Amino acid sequence: MSIDESTAARVAKLARIKVEPEALPALAGEFNTILGFIEQLNEVDIDGVEPMTSVTPQVLKKRADVVTDGDQQARVLSNAPDAREGFFAVPKVVE
Amino acid sequence: MLDLTYDTPKPKVIAGAREDWELVIGMEVHAQVSSNAKLFSAASTKFGAEPNSNVSFVDAAMPGMLPTINEYCVEQAVRTGLGLKADINLSSAFDRKNYFYPDLPQGYQISQLYHPIVGEGEVLVELGDGTARLVRVERIHLEQDAGKSIHDMDPNMSFVDLNRTGVALMEIVSRPDIRGPEEAAAYLGKLRQILRYLGTCNGDMQSGAMRADVNVSICRPGQYEKYQATQDFSHLGTRCEIKNMNSMRFIQAAIEVEARRQIAIVEGGGTVDQETRLYDPDKNETRSMRSKEEAHDYRYFPDPDLLPLQIEQAWVDDIAARLPELPDAKKARFISDFGLSDYDASVLTADLDSAGYFEAVAAGRDGKMAANWVINELFGRLKKDDKGITDSPVSPAQLGGVIDLIASDAISGKIAKELFEIVYTEGGDPAEIVEARGMKQVTDTGAIEAAVDEIIAANPDQVAKARENPKLAGWFVGQVMKATGGKANPKTVNQLVSRKLSE
Repeated sequence: MSIDESTAARVAKLARIKVEPEALPALAGEFNTILGFIEQLNEVDIDGVEPMTSVTPQVLKKRADVVTDGDQQARVLSNAPDAREGFFAVPKVVE
Repeated sequence: MLDLTYDTPKPKVIAGAREDWELVIGMEVHAQVSSNAKLFSAASTKFGAEPNSNVSFVDAAMPGMLPTINEYCVEQAVRTGLGLKADINLSSAFDRKNYFYPDLPQGYQISQLYHPIVGEGEVLVELGDGTARLVRVERIHLEQDAGKSIHDMDPNMSFVDLNRTGVALMEIVSRPDIRGPEEAAAYLGKLRQILRYLGTCNGDMQSGAMRADVNVSICRPGQYEKYQATQDFSHLGTRCEIKNMNSMRFIQAAIEVEARRQIAIVEGGGTVDQETRLYDPDKNETRSMRSKEEAHDYRYFPDPDLLPLQIEQAWVDDIAARLPELPDAKKARFISDFGLSDYDASVLTADLDSAGYFEAVAAGRDGKMAANWVINELFGRLKKDDKGITDSPVSPAQLGGVIDLIASDAISGKIAKELFEIVYTEGGDPAEIVEARGMKQVTDTGAIEAAVDEIIAANPDQVAKARENPKLAGWFVGQVMKATGGKANPKTVNQLVSRKLSE
């Protein structure tokens, strides 16, 4: 798999990261280096090997259906650049 | 249990300008899980709270916050799967679906793309005309709901409320087995009914607790059968997905108008683009959601914050053992135990409250009579007042009392309706009301005979006519009923009138 400049630009856009056009060739090159490194894993034969999801025998922790959180409108909004009447206020987004 | 059998309905056919077309529809229904807390946080799911008050730092996606799964939401998804006769996957996993939107603070939705918790199931969709469609369910997965954006509070800003962010949703994905707008609405209705029976979703479409994405394509007659035989989608047309529908009426209208749009394109020599569309009820048209297309690359990957979800078969069996009686079984039982018609049984099993009310009235009484009174008199009266069964001023015991008085011949059917109205508006014990207000039916033949004699004596002309034409005897019956204030036993009156007239 090889990443060209337009793919790099698309990935940057989907991730909402601003990349200047002149930086794209280098970025695509870095992507390719990373992917090339990971592709080495394809050489390993994993037939019949169960996927390992944890190095220790852990299981997913579960929680009871009890409300113990919330009621902190001011704290939730405290980092917002703009908040009005209890809402986050953002530039208009409408479909 | 009586097995209900139905014929398969005919698919809807729309005549284009040149040829006939059939519809193929699949639905993705998002049903909000009934739970106290959210899927991965301990904030409340309550609807209608102050904006951003039911928000934990997990929901707000503050750095370093980690999700912990709500076991009850998992149980609800399993219960739903069992209710749809579906396979339960003892091992499932969560993935991240990445996209940017102001009401999605994480920048991704936690969902289950690769390993959903529930596999294949089915829904029997009765269409009310003796036919029913068996719609296959492909899968159900658990995922997080997004927040809510409000666009009409300010001309330049959108306001975001994260109360709904992170509430558990079940996405119930059907196979493309639905063949018309009415079937689509009926499918959603049946799904809603089952979920409400199970208590896994309140089914409230207005508050958005249930909403559907509808995939619509068209095909020439015969093509669908080829798809069925091979499961090869190339026999079907290109589908468009109509997003976020939360009204049965709009779903039907949207499918119809979208199918006609596609027919016009294909008959005009064009091809349908696979895309996401939005239905505009004001203009009754669908339009492309271009922004959605651009973001369609969701770059799913397994969520590294969450280990796979493992559940035990014994736990699933325990949930299965505690499943309530479901609509199909209840309906079949009402038909076989109470001798009800398919229609009456459907009406009475539409929701648990109605079914419970009916069963309380019917216990130890004639089932058909109980059904008639509940459906025709009680439901009719409640509808007039815009009330639901849970607001009924008449209890099952009171309605049962009215029916008992008819069954024992204490009152006539006509008086029973008056009695019902009194009980409905004033309350009280039906038997006591009848006693206190002298509403008892006159079965004393002597008294009725006297009334008959009096009317015959007073109307010699009518008597002469009635002797020539026995059909006119009805007039005398009516007069006697009037003279006795409706309390005479109609059967006795009939007998006496015909005997006296032929004397």
